[in-house]
Amino acid sequence: MRNRVVITGLGLVCPMGHDAETVWSGMLTGKNGFNYTTIFDASTFPSQFCAEVKDYDLAKHVKNPGLHKDSNRGSGFVLGAAVEACRQAGIDIETDNPSDGIDRTRMGIYLGAGEGSVDNDVFFDAIVKGWDNEKNRMDWNKWADIAFGKMSSMREMEQEPNMPAAHIAMLTGARGPTRSCLTACAASTQAAGEATEIIRKGTADVMLAGGAHSMIHPLGVTGFCRLTALSTRNDSIETASRPFSASRDGFVIGEGGAVVVLESLEHAKKRGAKILCEVIGYGSSSDAFRVTDMHEEARGAIQALEAALKDAGITYADVDYISTHGTSTAENDSVETKAIKSVFKDKAKSTPASSIKSMLGHLIGAAGAAELITCVLAIRDNIAPPTMNLNDPDPALDLDYVPNDPRKTSVNIAVNESFGFGGQNNVVIVKRYEP
Amino acid sequence: MNRVVITGIGAISPLGKTAADLWDGLCAGRCGIDRIQAFDPSNFPCRIAGEIKDFNIRDYIPKSLRKNTKLMSRDIEISIAAAKEAFENAGIVTKASDNGEINLNPERTAIVFGAGLISCDLVELAPAVAAAITDGRFDMKKYGKDGLELVTPLWLLKYLPNMLPCHVGIIHDIQGPSNTITCAEAAGHLAISEARDIIARGDSDMALTGGAEAKVNPIVMIRQMLLKRTTSEYNDKPAEACRPFDAKASGSVFGEAAGLVVLENMEKAKGRSATIYAEIIGTGESNNINPQYEHLEKDGKAIQIAIEKALSEAGINPSDIDLIIPHGTGIAADDLAESKAIEAALGDAVKDIPVFPTKSMTSNTGAAAGAIDVIAAVCAMRDGKIPAAKNCDSIAQGCNLNIATEPIEKEIKHVLCCSYTYGGQTAAIILKKNDE
Repeated sequence: MRNRVVITGLGLVCPMGHDAETVWSGMLTGKNGFNYTTIFDASTFPSQFCAEVKDYDLAKHVKNPGLHKDSNRGSGFVLGAAVEACRQAGIDIETDNPSDGIDRTRMGIYLGAGEGSVDNDVFFDAIVKGWDNEKNRMDWNKWADIAFGKMSSMREMEQEPNMPAAHIAMLTGARGPTRSCLTACAASTQAAGEATEIIRKGTADVMLAGGAHSMIHPLGVTGFCRLTALSTRNDSIETASRPFSASRDGFVIGEGGAVVVLESLEHAKKRGAKILCEVIGYGSSSDAFRVTDMHEEARGAIQALEAALKDAGITYADVDYISTHGTSTAENDSVETKAIKSVFKDKAKSTPASSIKSMLGHLIGAAGAAELITCVLAIRDNIAPPTMNLNDPDPALDLDYVPNDPRKTSVNIAVNESFGFGGQNNVVIVKRYEP
Repeated sequence: MNRVVITGIGAISPLGKTAADLWDGLCAGRCGIDRIQAFDPSNFPCRIAGEIKDFNIRDYIPKSLRKNTKLMSRDIEISIAAAKEAFENAGIVTKASDNGEINLNPERTAIVFGAGLISCDLVELAPAVAAAITDGRFDMKKYGKDGLELVTPLWLLKYLPNMLPCHVGIIHDIQGPSNTITCAEAAGHLAISEARDIIARGDSDMALTGGAEAKVNPIVMIRQMLLKRTTSEYNDKPAEACRPFDAKASGSVFGEAAGLVVLENMEKAKGRSATIYAEIIGTGESNNINPQYEHLEKDGKAIQIAIEKALSEAGINPSDIDLIIPHGTGIAADDLAESKAIEAALGDAVKDIPVFPTKSMTSNTGAAAGAIDVIAAVCAMRDGKIPAAKNCDSIAQGCNLNIATEPIEKEIKHVLCCSYTYGGQTAAIILKKNDE
C-alpha cells in the first residue's frame, strides 16, 4: 500500500506578491504583475516587458541572509517561498535543534529549477575583447584574461540549476532525498509529482517541492524572442498575456519561487499538522514528436492527463477545475484545448479551465508549482480564478476558460497541467482532503 | 514493487566510443586526459581535460533526422551515441533500428537523464555581441536592435538540458515519463534512482537512463577553475593529473562523456529472454548542510546517510559489498570527506572492500560520471574483475579505504556506487549481480 500524500504548507513569491494570500487575492481582484523590464535594458528588444518580482528583500524573509548572499534571483525567491510554506506547515526552520518532530533525514527537497543569469557585464565584455570579427575567431587568451580577472567564483557557481535546492537545504536542514529537475516549463509540476512518489514509496515523510526560476536576463529573453514565443505587445503590456483569445501573440516572461510542503497523511496527522489538500494523482509523458513543436493532436498531453486520472482513481467527470498551462502562444492554447476536449469528452465545455498566466506571466520552471498552489486555494475557497484579457475568443477554442472574472463554483478536485518545450507533459491532481 | 534490472549499457567517454572501450581502458590503466583540443587553453591554469576524440554525430543518427543535428549541443550529440549503443546492447529494437521487429513499447518506456548546465557556444554567439559595440564596450541597446536578430532562431533549444531526452526520445520513440535531473555531479545516479522507481511502481516497463555532459567548454571549465576544483600542477603530465585519494592529489580534471543504461522490469526482461546484468536493489539520497556549499562537509555526513539508506533498502550488510566505486574526484578535501563517510557507513567491513575510483582515467564528467561508474560496475560484475586504480600511489593521510592498487579477479555480487556534487546533493546505488 502506498502512502497517501497531503499538502500542509504553501509559499509563493512571484510578480503579484511575496506570499500566497496576497497573490491569490490579487488574482481575484483583476490585478496583474506586468511591467516594463527593469532588470536589464530591454528597451530595444522585440519584447520590452515582463513580469518581475518587485521590491523583494530576501533579508526580510530568511534568518541568515549571509548564507544566501550570492544566490541568483530564482534561489532568492524560492527561499522566501520555503519560509512561508514551512511556517504554515509548522516546520521549525528558526532554531538549530527543531522540536517539530520531523526527522530531517526523512525530509527532502524536490525543485524544478532553472539556471541563474550569466554575470552579464563580464560575460559580454570578455566576448567583446576576445572576438576577432574580421577573422571570425575567438582569441581565447584575451577572453581568459577578462574572464579570470572579473568573474566571481560564487556568482558563476550560483548559475547552476541545483543551487536553489542547496539554499533550501541550508535554510531548512533537510537531509532526505534531494533532487532538482529542469524540464523547461513543466519542471515544477514534475517536481511536485515525483516528490509525491517519493513519499508514497515511503522514502521520505516530508518533501519541500516546488520551483525556482528567472529567465528575465538578456540571454533568456534573446532565446525566447528568437523563438517568437514572447508577446511583443509593447504598447499594451497589461493585456499582453491573453491566453485562448484570437489575438494572443505569445507569453509574458515572469519569474518566481513556489513551494508546497508535501507530507504523508499519517505523518501529518501524527504531528497534528493542518491539512490543506490531498495530492491524488500524477501523470507524466513525452511527445517524442518534434524538437520545436507540440504533437498536433496533443498525443503526449492526453497521455499525461489520462495517466494522472488513472493514478488518482477518478474519471474526467469528477474534475471541477483545470488549471491550464495556457501560455498565450498560438500553439499551446490550441493543442491544450484539443487535449482537454479529447480527455474530458462531454464535460470538456462545462469544466472551468483557466490560465493564471494571464495575470502572473509565465514563471517558466516555477510556473507549475505556482499553479498547483492556485489549485489548492481554488479548492479551499471554491473559486475558479479567471483567464484575464479574454475579450476576443478564438472561434476554434470554445471551452469555459472562466473569462475575465473569478467564479464562485464548487471545487473539490483540481487538475494542474504543465507542458514543456521539448515535449515533457506533467499533470498533478489535488483533492479536498477527506479523512 | 517490481524488481528492476539492467539489461543494456552504452558509454562514450574519453576512453573511447563504446562501453567496451571504457571497460578495456579502465582495465588497461589507460588515461583519457590530455591537452585541451576544443579551444586554446594556453591562458587557463588547467590546460587538460578528458575529451572524446573523432566523434561525428552523423555516425549515430538516422538519416531522416539528420536535419536535427543543427539543433544539437555536444551534450545532446554524445547522449545520442550512448543511447544507440545501450538499446543495441539490450537487444531492444526501436524506431531508429535498421532492421528487426520493434520491441520497444513507446508508451511504457521512460527516459530520465542527468544533464548539466549547458553553456552556450561563445563562438556562435559572438557575432551578435560584436554587432553591439559602442566605444569598445558592449551596448545592450544596440544589441537589442542589431545583435539579437543575428542569433539563430532556434538557438535556445540547443542549450536546454531537457533537450537531451527530447532528441533521444524522438529518435527512439519514447513516450513515457521523461525527466532531466540537473544536480550536477550527482545527477547520473539520481536519474537512475528515479527511473528505477518509475519501473518499480509500474508506471513504465522499461527506461533509458543515466547521464551526459560535455564540460570542455571555456565557460564550464573556468567555473571549475574559479572554484579551485581543478589541478594546475600536471599540465605537462596529463596521465598523472587526476589522483583520487592520493597524497599528491591537487584537484580534479574535467571532461565529457555520456553513459546510459537500459532498465527493465525484471519479469518483462525475463519474458523476452534478455541478458540481465544486474539488479538495482538499493538507492539512497541526501544532501549536505554546509555554508561552504562548493565543498562537502568535512565528515561527509550526507554521503554516509545516502549509503546507509541504500544499504537499508537493499537489505544487505556492509560486508556483503564486494566493490566500491566512489565519486573520488582528486580534490583532496572532498576525497577525505567521502572516505570518512564511506568508513562511517560501512564500519569495520571497509578494510576488506576494494575501492576503485575511475576519474583518474575517465576524468570528471559531471552529470555523466555516476552513470559511467554504474556501467563500470556492471562490467566488473560480468567479468569478475576489478581493475587497478590509477594514480593512487600513496594513499592520502586520513583516507582509510582499501584502494585496489592491483587488479583483482573474484566473483563480485554486490557493488556500491556513490556520488556527490557541489551544491550538496548525494546519491548511492547498490547493484546486485544477476544470479537467476
